[in-house]
Amino acid sequence: MHDHISAHSQSLWSKAWTRLKRNRAAMASLTYLVLMVLACSFGPMLAPNSYSELFQSYTRVPASLSAYPRAEQIGPAIEATAARARLDLTGWQLQGDTVVIEVSARRAIDPRAVQYFDRSDLFADTRLQATDDTHATLTAQIERHWFFFGTDATGRDLFARTLIAGRVSLAIGVLAGLVAAVIGVFYGAIAGFAGGRTDQIMMRVVDVLYSLPFIFFVIMLVVFFGRNFLLMFVAVGAVLWLDMARIVRGQTLSLRRQEFVEAAEALGVSPFAILTRHIIPNLLGPVIVFLTLLVPNVIILESFLSYLGFGVQEPMSSWGILIAQGARAMPSANWMLAFPALFLISTLFALNFLGDGLRDALDPKDH
Amino acid sequence: MLRYSLRRLATALPTLLAVITLSFFMMRIAPGGPFDQERALDPVIRANMEAAYHLDLPLWHQYLIYLGNLLRGDLGPSFTMPEFTVAELFAAGLPVSVQLGGWALVLALLIGGGLGIAAALRQNGWIDVAVVAVATAGSTIPTFVVAPVFQLVFGLSLMWLPVGGWQDGAARNMVGPVVCLMLPQLAVVARLMRGSMIEALRAHHIRTARAMGLSGWSVVGRHALRSAMLPVVSYAGPAAAALLTGSVVVETIFSVPGVGRYFVDAALNRDYTVVMGAVVVVAVFTIVFNLIVDLLYAIIDPRVRYA
Repeated sequence: MHDHISAHSQSLWSKAWTRLKRNRAAMASLTYLVLMVLACSFGPMLAPNSYSELFQSYTRVPASLSAYPRAEQIGPAIEATAARARLDLTGWQLQGDTVVIEVSARRAIDPRAVQYFDRSDLFADTRLQATDDTHATLTAQIERHWFFFGTDATGRDLFARTLIAGRVSLAIGVLAGLVAAVIGVFYGAIAGFAGGRTDQIMMRVVDVLYSLPFIFFVIMLVVFFGRNFLLMFVAVGAVLWLDMARIVRGQTLSLRRQEFVEAAEALGVSPFAILTRHIIPNLLGPVIVFLTLLVPNVIILESFLSYLGFGVQEPMSSWGILIAQGARAMPSANWMLAFPALFLISTLFALNFLGDGLRDALDPKDH
Repeated sequence: MLRYSLRRLATALPTLLAVITLSFFMMRIAPGGPFDQERALDPVIRANMEAAYHLDLPLWHQYLIYLGNLLRGDLGPSFTMPEFTVAELFAAGLPVSVQLGGWALVLALLIGGGLGIAAALRQNGWIDVAVVAVATAGSTIPTFVVAPVFQLVFGLSLMWLPVGGWQDGAARNMVGPVVCLMLPQLAVVARLMRGSMIEALRAHHIRTARAMGLSGWSVVGRHALRSAMLPVVSYAGPAAAALLTGSVVVETIFSVPGVGRYFVDAALNRDYTVVMGAVVVVAVFTIVFNLIVDLLYAIIDPRVRYA
């Protein structure tokens, strides 16, 4: 009996997989999502800069595939650094990756002046050769930095930040989606299975929570528990389980009337066993389909809350936070909006296509 | 029908009461209060202010006072904007939100519905592909991305429209907020309409109508549309309630004086009465629009009968 059931359910899933494989948009989306997950998981480690490092010399630099500093940035940077070190610049020239700077001063030159250059994000390994007390030659290596997506207002690498933000957004999307799904499935299945008065009371509770304005609910949760990462899962999951509960209840009501459930009841199987053995496995199809549509909703919701300022805290980030910062920097620094928005929207697109594909693959009605 | 409506409203009242009760106690149990400021108030002044707003009474007593006032239509004074009562705030802001949301709703239903029907009639044709793409884009691109891009393109680059502001509801100022509110709804409506229209066109009575020689327009417009509209109508109820009570994102980005922002601002400032006012307004809108949906169902679908 057991073998028979598992063989049958396997063929259902493998049939669905075959159908899904034929859907090119869904498969492309699946590939894209796998790549996105890999990029967000391992990308921050491989990115040229850390997501939290501040490059004060490079605030709001545009996205570029070539390395910074640009040739025209070197001169002003030398002038500014020399001025900060209270040295008079007499001349400088670039030799490959090394810059040779001639300086003079009214008083004796302090050799610690090199620190002003080392501290800048443009120069490294500065050496000072004094020609006499008031004249010196500085040689410094030009430090190369890559900012593929540009930098934000405090000079942090947007490439690393977009990837680390994706980690947060995707993790919240998947985990909060699962939280919502688990609560919703059990709640809905119990309500639908119990029926009668229990069902009515349970669904009335859902109705009440449904009529609670949703932003209010989330803000209250944030107010209670403070801004933290874990809370986002709970808050978002706790809000979105309502739809799931309604769908699952409806499905359970129709499953309950089927012969195999009646047969199990007649054989004296306990209600709990019927629920876990017969009802919930049969709910998996609609639940998976709804889950793929729930995950993008969670991600949108998370980014919306982050946009309002209730999200994870700096220096951590999420796509919603980056988009909010980008929107504020809009006319002058549009790469700050463009890249996070592109990542968010393309991920949501892919999740949508995958969800549609899964629905077609798992819904035997259309085939 | 009238009896049914009254009975539905009567059963909605316990829900409304539960919503009000839940929000009242959640709000009050949350740490912090409306008079918490960076500089602590003089304790005597604080005690006087709390007494003036009945905040010194036990919570259940405050709750009863609030319910009593609510029954008399009194939503109380605002804590953070003492020169206004909550009723005045909503009287000023709600028309703005309703105007914007109303336009967005009507346009989303008309355009989204039209696109959905067009896509369903030419399933898998280029119109269909385009509509599905637009619908996916509309439901995936968040409003807080669309709105600043809209401002940038039409406000700053092309200079066709103002970047924000209200100016007593000038049409030019309404375009941006309405478009941004409309797009996500339009996307959902188009999707729903497309799906249900495809299903409706397969129904037996449509085949019969076609076989009897009715013209394509009459089949679609008079027979298929009727049943295809039902999912859109049931979606439109909650959507209308949400749209008409304002959006914090759109109102903030376009600097529009609606009521959407009250939720966030007031909840963060513990402006208890304003938050409760917003909760009541949203709950009432939700209940009323769900009732309207039920009644529309009976008009559209002759199989639905209310005893």
